[in-house]
Amino acid sequence: MTHVKLDHLSKRFGPVVAVDDLGLVVEPGEMMALLGPSGCGKTTTLRMIAGLIEPTSGDVLFDGRSMLAVPTERRGAVMVFQKHLLFPTMTVAGNVGFGLRMQRVPKAEIDRRVAEMLELVRLPGVGNRRAHELSGGQQQRIALARALIVRPRVLLLDEPLANLDANLRIEMRELIRTVRMETGITSIFVTHDQEEAVMLADRVALMFSGTLQQFGRPAEFYERPRSVEIARFFRNPNTIDGVRSGSRVTTAAGEFVIDPARAELAEGPVRITIRPEDIEIVGPANGAVNRVPATVLSNIYMGTRRELIVSLAGAEWHLQAPVDAAFGEGETVTLGFAPEKIWLLKPDADGRETGVQ
Amino acid sequence: MTHIGVVAIVLSVGLPLLALVIWSFAFRWTFPDLLPSEWGGSAWTYTFGPNSRVVEGLWNSLVIGLVVTALAIAVGLPAGRALGLSDFRGKTLVEWLLLMPIIVPPIVATMGIHITFIRLGLAGTYLGVSLVHLIPTIPYFVLIMASVFSNYGVELEETARTLGANRRQVFLRVMLPAIMPGIVVASMFTFLISWSQYVTTLLIGSGRIITLPLVLFPVISGGNQANAAAISLVFVAPAIIVLILSSRKLSQDSAIMGGFGRL
Repeated sequence: MTHVKLDHLSKRFGPVVAVDDLGLVVEPGEMMALLGPSGCGKTTTLRMIAGLIEPTSGDVLFDGRSMLAVPTERRGAVMVFQKHLLFPTMTVAGNVGFGLRMQRVPKAEIDRRVAEMLELVRLPGVGNRRAHELSGGQQQRIALARALIVRPRVLLLDEPLANLDANLRIEMRELIRTVRMETGITSIFVTHDQEEAVMLADRVALMFSGTLQQFGRPAEFYERPRSVEIARFFRNPNTIDGVRSGSRVTTAAGEFVIDPARAELAEGPVRITIRPEDIEIVGPANGAVNRVPATVLSNIYMGTRRELIVSLAGAEWHLQAPVDAAFGEGETVTLGFAPEKIWLLKPDADGRETGVQ
Repeated sequence: MTHIGVVAIVLSVGLPLLALVIWSFAFRWTFPDLLPSEWGGSAWTYTFGPNSRVVEGLWNSLVIGLVVTALAIAVGLPAGRALGLSDFRGKTLVEWLLLMPIIVPPIVATMGIHITFIRLGLAGTYLGVSLVHLIPTIPYFVLIMASVFSNYGVELEETARTLGANRRQVFLRVMLPAIMPGIVVASMFTFLISWSQYVTTLLIGSGRIITLPLVLFPVISGGNQANAAAISLVFVAPAIIVLILSSRKLSQDSAIMGGFGRL
């Protein structure tokens, strides 16, 4: 199991800064997600770890040793891309055994280990087929087998669950989990989908325009986002500006009671945020500490629940309601939420949205 | 529908060839006879005899065609890869410049090149003729390879590198097999274009390099139909072989040739 460290890693393409002073540590056996919108530098980072791109500055270290002078083919960091998965001119067995052939492993051993790998990805007996005869999901599993057969130090996955339909996503996700349990390989994967990152990763590194925004356990991005942009990226658009004084924040929509234990910011101007799933629509008898009136803008049926968009003193908030919630447009409702669900953010100077798609 | 198409192609290619075959064995064939009234092999004796220079022309055409193809591969492979895979400033300009030899008649370019080649001592040499054949062939080769490469994923090479393949192994095991159908087709085109060059060979060859077209054209204008037919058959033989080979190659299921339609 390999320890991976990115140390002040930067990459410039001419005037464009693709990755800017990135510092990360991936613990041995850990699975890390590099998350961010397209063009944020996450795939560039993956390529630098693999040695396919040379960093402009900074270092990539495996187990404390700099990898900069080690060529790609000897790094042991195997990449699985999203596009052009398999070698089209080879059979499935040829694909899986490719890495071993490069190491000139005896043919009998290659055959044995290929069969083993096909068993591991639950596709025994497809060895003689051609790559294009397999379905997209099967090709992805073969690509995974081809990477694992060389027993890599680090496994690099580029959007491993993209391009798969809902059922295959779950199947692939479970497969990646099982494989990790069995092999314990340090893995880094790139994704633009926060759900994918949360489902698979032990820790998530969120990047916007080449810069690391937040690095931590998946739950931290929901509970303690470090900026409005991060909150938005994790599907929380609910914010309202106010002024904090002690355990109270005064906003245009009224006064909010907060939990001082969850408020890391000092007194003064703050921005309040509450996740859509933490807001309830309450009746007069409900004893919620925070009760705020809001006007319903739209009420969207989502099958298993309803998505409500409401106006809170001019700010648009999203929240979830039961399927039978029949609030009409223009209706006034009361939102209720607990103090410990409120998270305080710094109000940004210009209110600009950066890097979020 | 496809059957009608196949029949139409076979007839349109086959009938004129049939006429050539009959002509080459005709000794006397006059109006209004449907077939020659007298048959004979004298045209073939002449063709492969010492006076016609057909054997010399055949040999020269073959050697020059192969050299041109080899040079086209050496130049066209990297160029096609660059045009097909990467975007760079002035790419459109390069593509236009590549098309110029197709747009501008080769004779115009060749006239200018002739003077330079005389100075360089390349006029009248095999190398000189081979080089000038690159003018009409390189555009086709590069454009075919560019369209092949535009369907090719560099990710495959990167994957191979991370799996432990060095650059040589990536070239031999990943890139070459993937683009081989394209190389074969582009090489066939190149060979055929070189094979049918007349004006460029005539000028740069300075009358010293005799290729098959240089032998054929005077015979055609000379009036002996049987001789012209026999030499024409020799001339057209590689085209037919290439046609059969390439149609087989193209009809094979190879995903990378999908980009071929770009031409």
